[in-house]
Amino acid sequence: MNERAASERKKDFKEVPLGYTPEQAIAEAKRCIQCKKPLCVKGCPVEINIPAFIKVIAEGSFDKAAKKIKETNALPAICGRVCPQEEQCERECILAVKGEPIAIGNLERFVADYERETSNPKLQTSKQPKTSKSKKIAVIGSGPAGLTCAGNLARLGHQVTIFESLHVTGGVLTYGIPEFRLPKAIVNLEVEYIKSLGVEVKTDMLIGNVFTIEELLKDYQGVFIGSGAGLPKFMKIPGENLDGVYSANEYLFRINMMKAWQFPESLTPIKIGKRVAVVGGGNVAMDAARVSLRLGAEEVFLIYRRTKDEMPARKEEVHHAEDEGVVFKSLALPLEYQEDGNGWVKLARCQQMKLGEPDASGRQRPVPIEREIFDIPVDTVVCAIGNSPNPLVPQRTPNLKTEKWGGVIITEDGATSIAGVYAGGDIVRGAATVISAMGDGKRAAKAIHKLLA
Amino acid sequence: MPKILKKEKLAENISRIIVDAPHIARVAKPGNFIVIIPTANAERIPLTIADADVEKGTISIIFQVVGGTTRLLDSLKVGDEIPHLLGPLGTPSHIEKFGTVVVIGGGVGIAEIYPVVKALKAVGNKVITIIGARCENLLIYKKELGEQSTKLRVTTDDGSCGRQGFVSDELKDIIAAEKVDLVIAVGPVPMMRVCCEVTRPHKIKTVVSLNPIMLDATGMCGVCRVTVGGQTKFACVEGPEFDGHEVDFADLVARLKPYKDMEKKALDHVCKLVEKLRG
Repeated sequence: MNERAASERKKDFKEVPLGYTPEQAIAEAKRCIQCKKPLCVKGCPVEINIPAFIKVIAEGSFDKAAKKIKETNALPAICGRVCPQEEQCERECILAVKGEPIAIGNLERFVADYERETSNPKLQTSKQPKTSKSKKIAVIGSGPAGLTCAGNLARLGHQVTIFESLHVTGGVLTYGIPEFRLPKAIVNLEVEYIKSLGVEVKTDMLIGNVFTIEELLKDYQGVFIGSGAGLPKFMKIPGENLDGVYSANEYLFRINMMKAWQFPESLTPIKIGKRVAVVGGGNVAMDAARVSLRLGAEEVFLIYRRTKDEMPARKEEVHHAEDEGVVFKSLALPLEYQEDGNGWVKLARCQQMKLGEPDASGRQRPVPIEREIFDIPVDTVVCAIGNSPNPLVPQRTPNLKTEKWGGVIITEDGATSIAGVYAGGDIVRGAATVISAMGDGKRAAKAIHKLLA
Repeated sequence: MPKILKKEKLAENISRIIVDAPHIARVAKPGNFIVIIPTANAERIPLTIADADVEKGTISIIFQVVGGTTRLLDSLKVGDEIPHLLGPLGTPSHIEKFGTVVVIGGGVGIAEIYPVVKALKAVGNKVITIIGARCENLLIYKKELGEQSTKLRVTTDDGSCGRQGFVSDELKDIIAAEKVDLVIAVGPVPMMRVCCEVTRPHKIKTVVSLNPIMLDATGMCGVCRVTVGGQTKFACVEGPEFDGHEVDFADLVARLKPYKDMEKKALDHVCKLVEKLRG
């Protein structure tokens, strides 16, 4: 797929990949060999009928392709962009054995964009007629898990209300993933699409505080918890509370959600220094690093305790970050942050690491190289070492069973320890992927529907 | 959207609005706060719930105009709708029968102690309330607190009302005169800090309500992190009230200042905007 040049794109927030032209899409679709037993579908957490939608693309019927995808996936424009296809559908593609797999993600994205650009997807749906079977269901959180669950339940004829704690819907799609990876106009349209199915969305509603789950169960026959993993982890090292040290959540929230770079037109401030260090190796770290460049940082360092090969971030995003000029400081572990005498961070003291024996996850464990300690002068630090499940709902719901690390415990079909209450996405898995959250939302919708039938 | 039902000016730059928000009023407890976004481009700012009326479904919010967002909030009139109001947030004040409780409010913190004083009194505590401000016309809620407290003490920096001096001077005298079981202090950081130093040698438990910078205020960003007893805590969820003898005030003061310069710029920007709107 064509991309905007690094020199040009790193100055703005517009998307980096340009998407397929219709000709490119047809050509790519024609490469698909239409397997009888398609492995790609098994690789997709929401089991999109991939060969079927690709077949109609090859025939030039893009609208039909869009409908096909939406049978199983309510948010294709988002998934086509942010799914790690290389670990899912595309990894299973039989063509990958001897060559390049079909670019399923790019095709999905193309179809969703085509539909959006040529027509109003909202008009193509109509509210489901309410039937005697329709039940009231509460969905907590409007991130990918909640949106998917709500959309699926609405299509099955239920009355769904989403409760969102923030003032804007979308969860991580809105506050976390930056505009240049996922334009917010697309997220808004997808939310509008879900609303067009009859789903009611209530923002500024923090469940646990405004209503407990117990109270919701008096008014709703089913509840789905999709409240995510938004609790930032810190390393608990000296200097982490200095000014200029942000959690990635705070940093990205200020930028993506509050448009802090438009200050003072937007009143939320942010201070992005000349030298920014981002700690971590996941997609969130890449996002924070690339955002920093776009907002004027002269040097951006990515501090990661393993090497580039072990980074959990998508390969594509690691390349994007590198092309744009992010400096990778691999095999480095921050030990402490020091201040400039005025409470502001001025340097990150790091331990040089090397790779040792494989650990439980099968990856080589990073071990310190004794006495090899080095300093990176910085004026901003972004800590992107991961998030834990949001503790608020579990804390305020005494009967909700959770793992020690905070994840809500569910059965195979998403049921929690409370009858009628289901959960999915990051509140169950810890920080995972958009598509796995959507898969959970979809599965829970099916189970809730069955339970209430 | 929550509508402003009533608005009053309590003092120079301090206003009270009564807002229609039955879902918040229903569950609001003393010590809880809200996050408000008064206009589309404003910040999310935290403000204490100064009172809640379950029957009427309303909450009172008292705020001081100190920056761009509070200035925008103050430009709203009765009948206006507030685009975003989230609450109740935070862990409520711990209310039980302690015995004699001294509750101290400084500046706009005076309004914040009102629901706490009311609740403490209702469960049978002897409540001695101390309020302090720079001068008499900044003393808000004097009458209301007088009605709710067992005793009310007033201090002003310039002596224009009550005792000339600080709330901490009054606190010292009370501690010298009688046995105090608990002290609660809400107000500017230096005031809370001094109150903690007064009570520390007497080993009187002292609760302070911290006011760090907040963003989402639901526990997902950590900007409000404070150091309490050597541990990092998120004030928006675990607080805002903490044991004052455990709080690292120097850390709090440092973390309150990073945007001071930008806050001034924001206020100037908003003032120009509001003037333009007025024509």
